Amino acid sequence: MNLIAAAAEPAFVVPVLLLDISLLALLVIVAIAIVRMRSLFGIVMLQGVYSLVSAAWFVSLDAVDVAFTEAAVGAGVSTVLMLSAMLLADRKSSPVPMRRQLGALAVVILAGVAMLYAVGDMPAFGDVNSPANSYVGMDFIAKTAEEIQIPNVVTAVLASYRGYDTFGEVVVIFSAGLGVLLLLGLNGNAGRWEAKPNGQVINDRTAPSAAGVEDTRTVDQKAEGDA
Amino acid sequence: MSPLMGYFMLGSAFLLIISMALMLMRLIGGPTLYDRLLAVNSFGTKTVLFLCVFCFIIGRPDGVDIALLYALMNFIATIAVLKFFNYRALDVGLMQRDETRRGDPS
Repeated sequence: MNLIAAAAEPAFVVPVLLLDISLLALLVIVAIAIVRMRSLFGIVMLQGVYSLVSAAWFVSLDAVDVAFTEAAVGAGVSTVLMLSAMLLADRKSSPVPMRRQLGALAVVILAGVAMLYAVGDMPAFGDVNSPANSYVGMDFIAKTAEEIQIPNVVTAVLASYRGYDTFGEVVVIFSAGLGVLLLLGLNGNAGRWEAKPNGQVINDRTAPSAAGVEDTRTVDQKAEGDA
Repeated sequence: MSPLMGYFMLGSAFLLIISMALMLMRLIGGPTLYDRLLAVNSFGTKTVLFLCVFCFIIGRPDGVDIALLYALMNFIATIAVLKFFNYRALDVGLMQRDETRRGDPS
């Protein structure tokens, strides 16, 4: 029984659990579909759906802040970023040979087993002596209201107690964003280049490798081809 | 929340989950790209509705803020996808025509 089920009305504990399970089942279906699909456009769409559903599940786990971030980053920004990456790359993924799949499968299974092994060391739910309840966290909860007058403790910790840390994170995210923007060419120069070897001007339209790059099909034909 | 209202909300939440699953079928099955696009957009709407109902079921009405954010993000993502397939670029103004964009060498 999770925290929310306990907080809801007693008669709703089982139905809320059923809702949780249905959300998780949707997540599993989407994940399997992502693995099996070849159309990259469909995969990008499915990733947006995945983060939508997982954010709904975060709400159910009472992690409203995480759900907010997941909705903004996972469903909004990363869809756009993935589409921009597709603009520079292929639209279909080619099948991966079985040998390479086996290595990845082994890594995933090992990581899963390690996590399941670690579950045994977790404190019980609501344990008074758990790390989250025993060290400095309780002081934050007790003193935040009188020290900095911010009702949300998470916001207070991020923006005030750990202000320098957050500032460093902002710098890191800013430089990462700059790098991604430069890589994706979102300033409108994606795929456009020009060079002057030996005084001869070549660019993306005249170069031999550009043959076939410009898509002359109509939108409907593209849709057929991508589907 | 009265019990009757609670059961009403639970029922609508389950119905919303079922309709999400139906949208998911269309999204995975396709067959064309625009089916998928419409399915994703509709799935986002269903998620917004589900969150609104669910927040009241678990007694945390402040989750409606997240539903609002979802609605905005859903809109942005759909516009981005449509622009991507019409212009093959993302920095085009919505009112700009395709021809003026493609022929521009600068």
